Amino acid sequence: MSVLVDEDTRVVVQGITGGEGKFHTEQMIEYGTNVVAGAVPGRGGQEVAGVPVYDTVAGAARAEDANAAVVFVPPAFAGDALFEALDAPVDLVVAITEGIPTQDMSRVYRQLQDTDTHLVGPNCPGLITPGVAKLGILPGNIFEAGNVGLVSRSGTLTYQVVDNLTERGLGQSTAIGIGGDPIIGTDFIDALSLFEDDPDTDAIVMCGEIGGEDEEDAAAYIDDNVDTPVVGFIAGRTAPPGKRMGHAGAIVSSSGTGTAESKINALEAAGVPVGDTPNEVADHVEDLF
Amino acid sequence: MRLHEYQAKEVFADAGIPTPDAALARTVDEAVEAAGEIGYPVAIKAQVHVGGRGKAGGIKLVENDDEAREAADEILGMDLKGYTVDSVLVEEAVDFVNELYVGVTMDRGEGQPVAMVSTRGGVNIEEVAAEDPDAIAREHIDPAFGMHQYEARKVVYEAGVDQDIAMDVASILSTLYELWEERDGADAEINPLMVTADDEVIAADAVFNLDGDALFRQQDLAEIEDKAAGDDLEAKANEYGFDYVRLSGNVGIIGNGAGLVMTTLDLVDYYGGKPANFLDIGGGAKAERVANALDMVFSDENVDAVVFNIFGGITRGDEVANGINQALEQFNDIPKQVIVRLAGTNAEEGMEILNTDLVQVEATLEDAVQAAVTAADEVEQ
Repeated sequence: MSVLVDEDTRVVVQGITGGEGKFHTEQMIEYGTNVVAGAVPGRGGQEVAGVPVYDTVAGAARAEDANAAVVFVPPAFAGDALFEALDAPVDLVVAITEGIPTQDMSRVYRQLQDTDTHLVGPNCPGLITPGVAKLGILPGNIFEAGNVGLVSRSGTLTYQVVDNLTERGLGQSTAIGIGGDPIIGTDFIDALSLFEDDPDTDAIVMCGEIGGEDEEDAAAYIDDNVDTPVVGFIAGRTAPPGKRMGHAGAIVSSSGTGTAESKINALEAAGVPVGDTPNEVADHVEDLF
Repeated sequence: MRLHEYQAKEVFADAGIPTPDAALARTVDEAVEAAGEIGYPVAIKAQVHVGGRGKAGGIKLVENDDEAREAADEILGMDLKGYTVDSVLVEEAVDFVNELYVGVTMDRGEGQPVAMVSTRGGVNIEEVAAEDPDAIAREHIDPAFGMHQYEARKVVYEAGVDQDIAMDVASILSTLYELWEERDGADAEINPLMVTADDEVIAADAVFNLDGDALFRQQDLAEIEDKAAGDDLEAKANEYGFDYVRLSGNVGIIGNGAGLVMTTLDLVDYYGGKPANFLDIGGGAKAERVANALDMVFSDENVDAVVFNIFGGITRGDEVANGINQALEQFNDIPKQVIVRLAGTNAEEGMEILNTDLVQVEATLEDAVQAAVTAADEVEQ
């Protein structure tokens, strides 16, 4: 078992003819993902990585029975691509694109509330159910199937934590990179609730970072609704206020909200142990079993 | 990306928001001449991207030519919290009876724009928000419709703005919202919005921050960005296209991915060192970017040792290793010790390629950070 992605996931890749779209489509197929179509306006009828390309997402979904979309469309066109995916419709949209204007995302987010689709990202590495399928750009070889669910705002930090887990034989049920933008689809609470309902996820690792209040909200949610044990990590303890630390959303406001300290305190108050280092996160997970 | 006050005021004035008479001056003579033309009293205001300019001595009210000369001479060239002032706005001093606040920003938690109005303008609004949240009226806006007229009126009346001026303030807020939406604002603010004895409202300050991700469709505003402003190294990072933040410590940090680089900074601190910078070289970095990153960190005179931490997903360890070798082979004497840790895609190949005469290699993140902290400490002593 797993969340969001399983054997029945049939993927259409938007932007499959671009450099990144093509490369990662090949990587996804190699990992075992069932990529059934690509969608690029004006390229219908072509084939990329052995996959048929359609002009529209709706056309691809209809012809190939696709139920998930992975979006590699450049930022200026990505907002529109996300609306197209929601309209197709598909059950899951994974937006890899970094740099989508915030106001475009605000409109997508608004539309998302009127649908049953799960959006993961944007500005994220995607998600993976080890041994089954990956949707996105995560390096499959560091993951191992198991019972730890992982949700994180950062890509490479996810890899680091997964590496520490896998090294000790702590495999993963599903790992979800929810993305580092200020406005994202699936947030910590959505992911925690999915993992809580998954009978094969026995522990959850949640990697947050500075900026916003999602981690604080998640801590309150864990306190009230999550019985599965959660281990936390927060990046950005040393970040100065008013500076954007790489991710558009990773900023401690000049008035001092969004700090690592506030997030760590909130998680600890909800009974979530927070590792000082990625390795300590693995220590805490190991202690649970 | 932030506009200067004078640039934001031009944008606001073009949209029809009343602003005081003003002129930009780059020399003392220009400032005195402008002040004479506008008519005393005038305010002389430093144009730098720094909050709290008034308190720091960057804004002066003057009554005559002598005072204008003295103030302009003092402010031009002054250092305001690390930024050198190279221009001042000379502006008609508004005789006000009241100061309001109006602003539009994105509420990231809700994923929706929010308009804000307060009768407690003229002071730091974030302090007001912290002390007395009820003093700021807020209205979330549905981005599919934009701001309805009634929403502008509603938030103005709920803030307790005087009835005599409420419609004028609502109209200014509507215009501000339209600007924010059309010009891809991150934050748009008028603080203070001054109210005169005869019920005129006028934008005495202006803040307009653009969404950096939308510059591709805001070319005209992107072009007026003051590239020279700020820290030299941060300007250089801009040129190279790195996400870079300079800090005050002595351990230089290069890595890939925001979360992992932040974590590396945190670990430097955790093991008793002080991070000198945040530098994310991004995904898929090739040899040239690696060399540029090393050049950036070597140029920071505070740096005593460097930790280079890569966890490859799209980024390949062998390419990074080649880049590091090439960059360091150019030096007869490598300026600072570099400690490298590679993991993920092609990490093993990378480790074999790395020239260990030039760099120290560590197997784990923790070991690499500790080695860099130790190396930096040794240089320091």
